[in-house]
Amino acid sequence: MSAAKWRRAMNSSNAAALAPSRASAHALPSTLRSTVNDSAADTATRHWMSSAWNALSLRHLAVIAVIAIALLYPVLATPFFTFQIGAQSLALGLIALSLTFLGGYGGMVSLAQMTVAGLAGYLFAIFGSSSMPAISLGWPWWLALVFALTLATAFAAAVGWLSVRTEGIYTIMITLAIGVAFFYLAQQNYTLFNGFQGFSKVTAPSVAGIDFREPLPFYYLVLVCASGGYFFVKHLVRAPFGAALQGIRDNPRRMQALGYNVTAHRVGGYAVAGLLAAVGGVLMVWYNGRISPGTVGTGAMINILIIAVLGGMKHPIGAFVGAIVFVLLQNFAIDLVDRERFNLVIGGVFLAIVLFSPDGLLGLWAKLRSRFGPGTPTFKTKRRLQ
Amino acid sequence: MKAMKKILTRSMLGTAAVAALMGGLVQGAWAQETLKVGVLASLEGPFAAPGQDSMRGADLALKHHNGMAGGKKIEFVKVSSDATPDKAVNSTRKAVEQDKVQIMIGPLSGDEGIAVKNYAKTQPNITFINGSSGAQAATLLDPAPNFFRFNTEGAQWMVGLGEHALAKGYKRTFLIAEDYGFPYSQVQGFMASYCAKGGKVIDKAWVPLGTKDYASVIAKIPKDIDALVVVLGGSDAVNFLTQYEQAGGNKPMVGGSITVDQTVLNFKGKRRESLLGTASAGPMADSIDTPEWKKFVADYKASFKDGFPSPSLFAYLYYINTKAALDALDVVKGDLSGGQKAYRDALQKTKFMGPAGEVRIDDNRNGVGTTYITEVTKAADGSFYNKVVKTVPNISQTLGLSDAEFKKMGLGSRDVPDCRK
Repeated sequence: MSAAKWRRAMNSSNAAALAPSRASAHALPSTLRSTVNDSAADTATRHWMSSAWNALSLRHLAVIAVIAIALLYPVLATPFFTFQIGAQSLALGLIALSLTFLGGYGGMVSLAQMTVAGLAGYLFAIFGSSSMPAISLGWPWWLALVFALTLATAFAAAVGWLSVRTEGIYTIMITLAIGVAFFYLAQQNYTLFNGFQGFSKVTAPSVAGIDFREPLPFYYLVLVCASGGYFFVKHLVRAPFGAALQGIRDNPRRMQALGYNVTAHRVGGYAVAGLLAAVGGVLMVWYNGRISPGTVGTGAMINILIIAVLGGMKHPIGAFVGAIVFVLLQNFAIDLVDRERFNLVIGGVFLAIVLFSPDGLLGLWAKLRSRFGPGTPTFKTKRRLQ
Repeated sequence: MKAMKKILTRSMLGTAAVAALMGGLVQGAWAQETLKVGVLASLEGPFAAPGQDSMRGADLALKHHNGMAGGKKIEFVKVSSDATPDKAVNSTRKAVEQDKVQIMIGPLSGDEGIAVKNYAKTQPNITFINGSSGAQAATLLDPAPNFFRFNTEGAQWMVGLGEHALAKGYKRTFLIAEDYGFPYSQVQGFMASYCAKGGKVIDKAWVPLGTKDYASVIAKIPKDIDALVVVLGGSDAVNFLTQYEQAGGNKPMVGGSITVDQTVLNFKGKRRESLLGTASAGPMADSIDTPEWKKFVADYKASFKDGFPSPSLFAYLYYINTKAALDALDVVKGDLSGGQKAYRDALQKTKFMGPAGEVRIDDNRNGVGTTYITEVTKAADGSFYNKVVKTVPNISQTLGLSDAEFKKMGLGSRDVPDCRK
């Protein structure tokens, strides 16, 4: 079993999964379609087996290169690039990863992932220490961290429980509503969230003499969390739970008939995504050193969706690719054009990517590879087979 | 003929190449003498229009210096935020660590200022000069030795308005203000002297920023008050005014520094006439009658065809802060060596006559300046404008109180100060 196998299986069935007709998945046509998909997936698998070796060596080379770059990056880059570009991209990518998992593998697009991340950050500030000793409880950082992650995950599960009964655009609407409600709660509540000003001086801890506020240790901390999240998702989508979740994404009625508890799996999916987002949220708070309602505002919520779509939702790595491009654009678009028009560049690039490649940058990459790259044979034959 | 043309073309190309090379060399020599100064303002988000005007203020100050300071060419590296502290720090970090600016001017709004001040502590070799942010805490609590603010802040802008309200006979007032840092400061500036001189603010209504429906607040306003103190900004002020009029309210008003602006002055309701006499206060006013101010307005208009009819508060604040930064550079002749110590000493001693009064700073590196008290007056053509009725010079950050007295009161918040009974 490998990621490649699942990805191919997904590629062939995703069109069906994302089609609006899923909402009214009434028996026959959709069942038929998914049978076809299954057989397509099977063929793809068999094909993959045969060409495993030559694909493997290439893949491994690429993977090793990525790992080497990620590890050596701070040695080559300035502290600015290490901290503001590297660490921020990875932390944002982790939050976007939670959406990629939920949307790509669970078929549920939730706009509330930034809200979950923000709640984790707020909870860490409330349980831990901050500039507001009247509110912050001043617990040791590890205890605050455990409580923040647990409660944020529980909150994500509750959001899931509320929204799993809806489909498609209604899921987006309900999670948007939850996110906006949380934003206003944080802005107007003074006893818990300290209103407009929020919390500052929420810092990363020092453990065993390593100060995680410094760019280099912080980068590696975020790298460990991000790659942990990435491999966790890659593993999970091959595990029975992940497979069931994808089955539910493609045909919930059928899975129900097979005896799977659809609601429980979906809520579980939200909880898992919630944990990823919560870790990303705490990292973001450590990165910024502060949190205020602006962190969980509508703009921030939509940014996460943009990152996920920009990178491509068919593979977990897309979230990180999207985040890197997003952060680079946010930082350097202002140097490219007139200072007051730089958002035009950001918007233009997003539009172009989404227009030319609905599957984001990963889709663009796959397209280019199928046209020019050395891996062409595998792709072409695969196409013919389908 | 053809050959001639060819030769001509070639020689022209050659000349061009040599010229380009020379130009490059000359530019290279010039580059040595260029000093990078970062400017941060909000060019996106809710303060995009004020942010643009802030940049105009900074540009105007540089223009008055002919683009030079301390014998070096000044190059502005402009960065933007969306008025959130996170973005402000990210943009500042980019300018300082990536673009390598040596002096950083900005940001625009209060909480951004506090965040940038905290960041300043991690960059002891760079000097940070405020843009227009006016949070008290930026220089009062835990100040950074390399963060300077030549403008006065929200509380200072209201000093003197309390006495003025009492002089108008407003002994009992009801306060309505937005629920965040800047109005807290403004309210403190008003109440510090108002309460001390015997005025009573019998109740305060804190409304969230962007409130549309004021019915519940209006219902709470008691009958036996003399005036309303309204510290709302922009559309909030207009919404409140409209609904208060519809509810039959008729009390006179005292406004905050950003309450009685053009949108309120152009208010078309039946109560329009009752706006006459509304008092407010701020660090500048459109109708200041001094040659310095008139020259400033004329220069602003001449320089920016796409600007506002008259420079905004933000343009003015960025102007004085940028001017201070450049003046001090002249004093040290552009020498920023030794961790910029000489430059900071020069900044500390900087003192000049700005467009709206003297500009200088105190030991916390916070501005000490003049506040203008204005009243809404009818012009000859029937339009309303804010007429300066009083100037209060030399206002310190302790609002004219001694350090001990001010410390006892604490920073402005929802409950500080308090004088109900």
